[in-house]
Amino acid sequence: MAANTPLLKVDHAGIQFGGLKAVSDVNLELQKGELVGLIGPNGAGKTTFFNLLTGVYVPTEGSISLEGDKLRGLAPHKITKKGISRTFQNIRLFSDLTVLDNVKIAYHSLAKHSIFSSIFRLPSHFSGEREMEEKAIEFLKIFKLDDVLYEQARNLPYGQQRRLEIARALAASPKLLLLDEPAAGMNPQETEELMNLIGLIREQFNLTILLIEHDMNLVMGVCERIYVLDHGQLIAQGTPEQIRNNPKVIEAYLGEEVS
Amino acid sequence: MKSGKHLKGFWLSIVLAVIFSVVVQFLISGGTLNPFYVNTLFSICINIILAVSLHLIIGITGQFSIGHAGFLAIGAYASAIMTMKLGLPFPAAILAAGIAAAAAGVIIGIPTLRLRGDYLAIATLGFGEIMRIVFLNIEYVGGASGMTVSHLTTWPWVITCVLITIIVIANFTNSTHGRACLSIRENEIAADAMGINTTYYKVMAFIIGAFFAGVAGALHAHNFYIIQPPNFGFLKSFDILIFVVIGGLGSMSGSVIAAILLTIISTFLSNYPEVRMIIYSLVLVVMMLFRPQGLLGTKEITAFLKMGKSAKGGSKDGGKHTVA
Repeated sequence: MAANTPLLKVDHAGIQFGGLKAVSDVNLELQKGELVGLIGPNGAGKTTFFNLLTGVYVPTEGSISLEGDKLRGLAPHKITKKGISRTFQNIRLFSDLTVLDNVKIAYHSLAKHSIFSSIFRLPSHFSGEREMEEKAIEFLKIFKLDDVLYEQARNLPYGQQRRLEIARALAASPKLLLLDEPAAGMNPQETEELMNLIGLIREQFNLTILLIEHDMNLVMGVCERIYVLDHGQLIAQGTPEQIRNNPKVIEAYLGEEVS
Repeated sequence: MKSGKHLKGFWLSIVLAVIFSVVVQFLISGGTLNPFYVNTLFSICINIILAVSLHLIIGITGQFSIGHAGFLAIGAYASAIMTMKLGLPFPAAILAAGIAAAAAGVIIGIPTLRLRGDYLAIATLGFGEIMRIVFLNIEYVGGASGMTVSHLTTWPWVITCVLITIIVIANFTNSTHGRACLSIRENEIAADAMGINTTYYKVMAFIIGAFFAGVAGALHAHNFYIIQPPNFGFLKSFDILIFVVIGGLGSMSGSVIAAILLTIISTFLSNYPEVRMIIYSLVLVVMMLFRPQGLLGTKEITAFLKMGKSAKGGSKDGGKHTVA
């Protein structure tokens, strides 16, 4: 067990925009199968950190590796192929496309048929497209979205859009799933459903999940470990219980006690 | 079963298109259509090719490129050089025109497609103008006085090119590769995060679009007896852009219909070029007021005809629409 390389290893990573250190000196390790939370006040750099992991930004310091492979400098789509997939804080669906097409696009990198065979409608095009469609429909059944297959994504209610985004991220068959505030804007019942869903997909897909969330109920409820980010730096890590009682965390969220 | 149904519709459109082409051929050779109408018909077809090729770049991939006349110019001059200077046959010239324009598409596409929105528009506009100035200053192709080209464009060539353009671009669009392009239009960051190589697909859309614009250039050059750099200025680019926008961004049949309608309008107004541009702008303003999403919006004509649940079958319909 000890010889296992962690699934994700972030080593002193950070990024600087001009004079502003948005994230600096973050060390983080995820073991396979863990569900870890990342919390912090607004503007702490959580989403920026996700952007570092997914290649949207290139870290100006430190390194990030997935299963021992360095990710630095890889284009986002290559990092996705290596196995990191994400959702976005403000939903980024392909909103004019159908639910089915949204998921099919996530399968794109697995497509075996070339542009040439599609243009000339060779047999490999039809078999490839059929395979994709079947897989996507099968997949959407798990997320109970199979009754809205041909609906435009923009027309779905908010909760379903969130679910579709998670489904789409999972369709890219990641090893590590990054969820950026999946419960934002959800009512308690929807959050409850989301928690169940996260548990379900984790078991079913044998996933490692890193989760940004403001809803403490959700974070404390599902995460095994929690990292706390403030002003771009990790200020604490540990089990939910430890985090709840950590004076630094309380300070970051509520401000210093007046003495 | 679904693809079977699509296939049936596809072959039906092809058969209709062939019947239509043969009938028109008889009308032309029988002299029923006078040269003015034949010429208008050719212009319509060339504009359809241009509109559909730009539709792939703007409507599907969402890259706001407004230098399409540059590719048209490259195609026109490349084909004219092939037939007039090198004495090669017309089909070879058409192919060479497409390849030359596609090559330009690669060279222009790779650096400029890193830009987004307005910046890409400005860069491609610049490209179009550069091509015009380049041809203006090359003595080999006649410079400002232009280049005379023999009339080789005939109906079979025109209609074949139109059909091939529509089929290739429709087939491309209705595949996982087309969806990759659509995802870039919808949300580039998300497309990247889903593992789509966005640069590759943007350049690919650009190349395919440029190829067919080059083909249109070959047909154009061999239809009008003379080609001059001013024919390929930015107004030409805007003409093409207007087809795509009026037709509805993302709708191929829309851009085909818009190309047909606007070519007819502008042909009948061609004695008054200034009025033509005023009418164009008026049409644009009226469209933006009453139907900002364009004639057909993002839908294909089949969606309106069938109102079926799988609206995306529209592709083949472009073929049908050239016919209609």
